[in-house]
Parts: sequence; structure tokens; C-alpha cells
Amino acid sequence: MKKKSPEKVLEVKGLKKFYGESEILQGIDLAVHRGEVVVILGPSGCGKSTFLRCLNGLEEIQQGEIRLNGEQINGAVNGWHRVRQKIGMVFQNYELFPHMTILENILLGPIKAQGRKRSEAKEQAEKLLERIGLLDKRDAYPAQLSGGQKQRVAIVRALCMNPEIMLFDEVTASLDPEMVREVLDVMLELAQQGMTMVIVTHEMNFARAVADRIVFVDQGLIVERAAPEIFFHAASDGAGPQVLAYF
Amino acid sequence: MDYAFVAASIPLFIKAAELTLVLAFWGISLSLAVGLACALVLYYRIRVFDKITVVYIELSRNTPLLIQLFFLYYGFAKIGIKFEAYTCAVFGLAFLGGSYMAEAFRAGLEAVTKSQIESGLSLGLTRSQLMRYIILPQAFAVAVPALGANAIFLLKETSVVSAIALADLMFVAKDLIGMYYKTTEVLLLLVLFYLALLLPLSMMLTYIERRVRHAGLGN
Amino acid sequence: MPDWGISVVFEGQNFSRLLIGLLVSLRIAAVAVFFAAVGGVVLGLLMTSHCRLVRWACRLYLEAIRIIPILVWLFLFYFGLTKIFQIHLSAEIAADIVFSLWGIAEMGDLVRGAVTSMPRHQLESGMAIGLTKLQVYRHVIIPQAVRRLIPSAINLATRLIKTTSLVVLIGVVEVLKVGQQIIEVSILKTPTASFWVYAIIFLLYFIVCWPISLYSKKLERKWQS
Repeated sequence: MKKKSPEKVLEVKGLKKFYGESEILQGIDLAVHRGEVVVILGPSGCGKSTFLRCLNGLEEIQQGEIRLNGEQINGAVNGWHRVRQKIGMVFQNYELFPHMTILENILLGPIKAQGRKRSEAKEQAEKLLERIGLLDKRDAYPAQLSGGQKQRVAIVRALCMNPEIMLFDEVTASLDPEMVREVLDVMLELAQQGMTMVIVTHEMNFARAVADRIVFVDQGLIVERAAPEIFFHAASDGAGPQVLAYF
Repeated sequence: MDYAFVAASIPLFIKAAELTLVLAFWGISLSLAVGLACALVLYYRIRVFDKITVVYIELSRNTPLLIQLFFLYYGFAKIGIKFEAYTCAVFGLAFLGGSYMAEAFRAGLEAVTKSQIESGLSLGLTRSQLMRYIILPQAFAVAVPALGANAIFLLKETSVVSAIALADLMFVAKDLIGMYYKTTEVLLLLVLFYLALLLPLSMMLTYIERRVRHAGLGN
Repeated sequence: MPDWGISVVFEGQNFSRLLIGLLVSLRIAAVAVFFAAVGGVVLGLLMTSHCRLVRWACRLYLEAIRIIPILVWLFLFYFGLTKIFQIHLSAEIAADIVFSLWGIAEMGDLVRGAVTSMPRHQLESGMAIGLTKLQVYRHVIIPQAVRRLIPSAINLATRLIKTTSLVVLIGVVEVLKVGQQIIEVSILKTPTASFWVYAIIFLLYFIVCWPISLYSKKLERKWQS
């Protein structure tokens, strides 16, 4: 059990999101500490992905507060691009840019958005690529890579921005079973190295292995939060049957 | 078949072909610029200008180039604004071509998926960086076949400028037929010269299309 | 300036003469549309034939029509046929032929595109629920093919209408020629007439073509959902 750092990287208070008339997110409160890995579980369509997308401004919230390192970030309509440099996001469909090579994909953010020097960014990018064993693919195009490779590149692309926190939105959901493992291994390693992560996933075993805390969301509300042992132990205990009925 | 006549006429046709090419070049270039500007105006929904753009596109797509040219060249002359034939031709081609290019660019811009845009935004790119590095390259790749077809179309449309007395291939042909009655020879040269202009362009565009598509498109 | 010149357009028979001139062009377009509708379907189906020679010949026809500008084709048929084969065609007939040939070629390509873009499974899944091949074609495939076809076909019709303006250059007395005649007559009295006459002709074409393209867009949107 990791010792919880006191520093709150991300703090969410009373987040509400409406889609027309329906209330998708009904008041979410969440605090993520530095180095912590929070896994969000829940049935499909309950707003997990939407919640994640609210955190980096891809979705607008109608009520509530989001704070990154203490600073309020929601409502920053024109400044989101600066905030997003500090929040890394990895999508279910990897969404690499098809017209750029792997290396260019990774370098675009650091060089153009962060204004870093090419040589410095390239060094970091290549180091990261080597860590995931894909350095030889740096000049290849996304179309030439497998799903698992693309997803790992997507993770590296987000990582190269040196974010404060990384968000993962069902990143293994589109992958063939054989490739799921290689992606999860990368995420595990990231967690062990102290990256602050918020992960939405369906992979139970992975959740159990990587999470410092599990948050269960149902119909737009956090229904249960616990440390993984307690959460999954309750399953075998028979306690909390409501929640576990979903599994 | 009077081969001597054919040989003697070739220089005339070459000169005319040059004019045709230069006109087409300016017409195509300007219409690309106009088209891109219109497509961006519509994409970003810039107020007032987007309405103007829509009106422009509807007007230019629903009227023939010939009428546009006559209107510009003969019509305006009589109310005191005299446009040179050359200017009229380039303007007419750009006016007509611009709306076709705008449509091609618009389709290209819309083909870039929302997820691609979100992916770019998540990296912290500004809107203009997003357009420049993510949206435009992909939009352009999608638009190239249509842009190419429009370019060929505009080159063919230059045949219309003979109506306002520009010495292009059609004009020279009509002139020679009228003067020497060597219809067969002239028509043969006419067809050959147009083929010489259009076939290479068509093949070059197929090549560009293939290259652009090969640049690894598709996740 | 007391006389703005636009009055010329509405003087006497001028406007109705302009309209009649427009009808001349529209008649040529109508003939072309008719032949394109009929011949185009035939050509389109031929283009999907298993015989390579047939496909090739059709392809050659299509590409030849497309690569040479229509005005050149008009010249070839009007001036060329007369000289080379001693066939004297009136300008209108030559125009009818050229535009029909163009319409058939373009329509054929559209039909071919609609037919080949049909998902293969449609026929199989239709038969799998017990329909005969004919029934599948009638209720599933042809309606879908028609939907893919109609917007482009209407677009072709608009292009045909616009391009018929070229026939003035081989001497057909259509709206532009009538306009020029009107201008010539009033050149001394109202020199500004040419501006308004051409403006009116411009608007006439717009009034004919725009509703058609609007209708096509409406159909497209309706069938999109």
C-alpha cells in the first residue's frame, strides 16, 4: 500500500453535467493525490468517460469545480490549451495522427504546444520509445503498426508532454486480447514509477493490480470508493451485492 | 490532308496553347485560394462572411462561365468599367472555380474526425496549431481528387474564353477555319493540342492522388 | 441619369424573345437529359459486364468525351462532320448529338458507380430471408441504387443546362444571341443596355438552375437519414 502523498494534484467538487435535459453527472467529488492511481469502474453508459473528458475540457460542465494543483481550471474557455499540456489523455481509439510518423506524432505536442527545442524533445521521445521497445518504429506511420503498438505510442505521446496527471479512457477496449497485456504492462510500469493516473477500465484484474483506490460510478454518481483489497474482498465476502451485481 | 498547312499552323497553336496554360494556371491558383478561404469561413462559421460565401457559391455554381464572361467583359464596358479580356478570363475562371474548390475543401475539412481533433486538443495545441498540423493536412489529402478534377475542369473551361476574343486554342482554330477552310487539319491540331495539355495533367493528378493516399492514411 | 437601360429589357417583345432563346438551350438540354437517362443506364450496366472488351470500349468512350472540352466536340460535329463526311448538320442537331453523347457517358459512369458501390451482402441477406433474386433487386437493391444516383444525376442535369450556353458559339440562336441582337438594336439609344441584358441573362440561368440544385440537396438530406 503506497503512502498517500498529501499533495492534491486534482480536485473535483460537485461536478454536474447535463446533456440537454438529462443529468449525466450528478455531483461528483474526487481528489487525486500525487502518485496515486485511481481506477474508475462502473457499468457502461454511466458517465465514466464523460467524467474523464470533463477533466480536460473536452466536455463542458454546468456546475462544480475542477482544480489542478490548487488552481481552478474549469471555465477556462480560451486557456484550455495551456491546461491540457499538463494533463495527458489517452483515448480508446489511440487517435494517432495518420499523416505523421511515430516520432513526429510524439514530438508535435512538445515542440509546437510547449515550445521546447527539437533536440531536447527528440531525446526524451526516443528514450521513451526505447522503454516500450518501439524505437525502431520511429519513422513508421501509424497504419503500419498493430493496435497494441499504436496504443503504447499514444501513451508515450501523452507522456512526452511531462504531464502532472494522466487520464486513460478505456484504452484497452478496442484491442485484440493478445495486445491488451502489452499496454497494461506499460501502464503498470508508469504507476510504479509514481505517475498520477486516473484510469477508466473494464479490466478487473488489472484494476486490482494497479489501483491505489477504486471509485465506482453508477448513473452519474460515485456509489462506492475503497482500496482495492476492500473492494474486491467484499466481492468474495458477499458484502455489497448491489455493486458487484454489475460484474 | 495538307501536311504543309498543319506544319505551318503548329507555331500558332503552340502560342495559343501557352496562353491557355497561363490562363489556366492563374485561374486554378486563384480558385484554390478563394476555395480554401471560403471553406475556412464556412468551417469556422464566421458571421456575415459565411452568408456572403454561401451567396457567392450558389451564384457561381448555377451560372455558366460564358455568361459570367460576357457580363464582365461586354456588360461592364458599357457602363464605363472596361476590363481587359485577360483579366476577365482569369477572374471568371477564379470566380467559377473558387466555388468548386470550396466544396472540395469543405468535404475534406469535414472528413477529419472529431476524435482526431480531440486528440490534438488534448496535447495542448491551440486552435490555429490544430488547423495547421492536424486538420489541414488530412483535409487536403481527402480533397486532392476533387481538387484535381476541378483543375482539369478549369483547364477545359478555358476553351470558353475564345468568346471574348482571347487568342486561345479555340479562337485560333475558328480563325483558321474561317480563313483557309482547312477544317480537317485545323480540327485535328485542335484535338491533338488539347490532348497534349490535358492528358499529362490528368496523369500527373492520378500520380499525386496515389502519393497522397499512400502517406499512411487510416488508423 | 433618366434612362437606366434596364427598360430595354422589358421593351416590346424583348423579354419574351429572351425567354424563347432560353427555351432553345433548354430544349437541347432536355433532349440530352432524356437520352442520358435511357442510354446512361444501359451504358452503366454495360460497364459492369464481364466481357473485358465491352468494358474497355465503354471506358474509352467515356474518357474521350471527358477529356476533350465540350466546345471542341461541338466544333468537331458541326464543322468537322460537314467537311469530312459531307454530312450537313444544323447547329441545333449537332448540339443535340454532342450533349446527348456527353449525358449518356456521364450518366453511364454514375450508374456504374451506384451499382458497384452496392454492398455485396445486400443480395445475399435478401435471399437469405427467402426473397427471390428479382424481389431483392426490386425492393432492396434498385431503390438504394436510385438514391445514390439521383443527387449526382440532378447535378449532371444542371451541368448540362449550363453548358448548353456554349451553343451560341456555333451559331445557334439562343438566349445569348438574342441578347446580343437586342443590344445591337438599342446601342445608339441606350448604350448601357448591354449591362442589363447580360445581367438579366445571368439571372435567368440562375433562376433555372438554382431551384434544381436546391431540390437535389433537399433530396440528399432527406435520404441521408
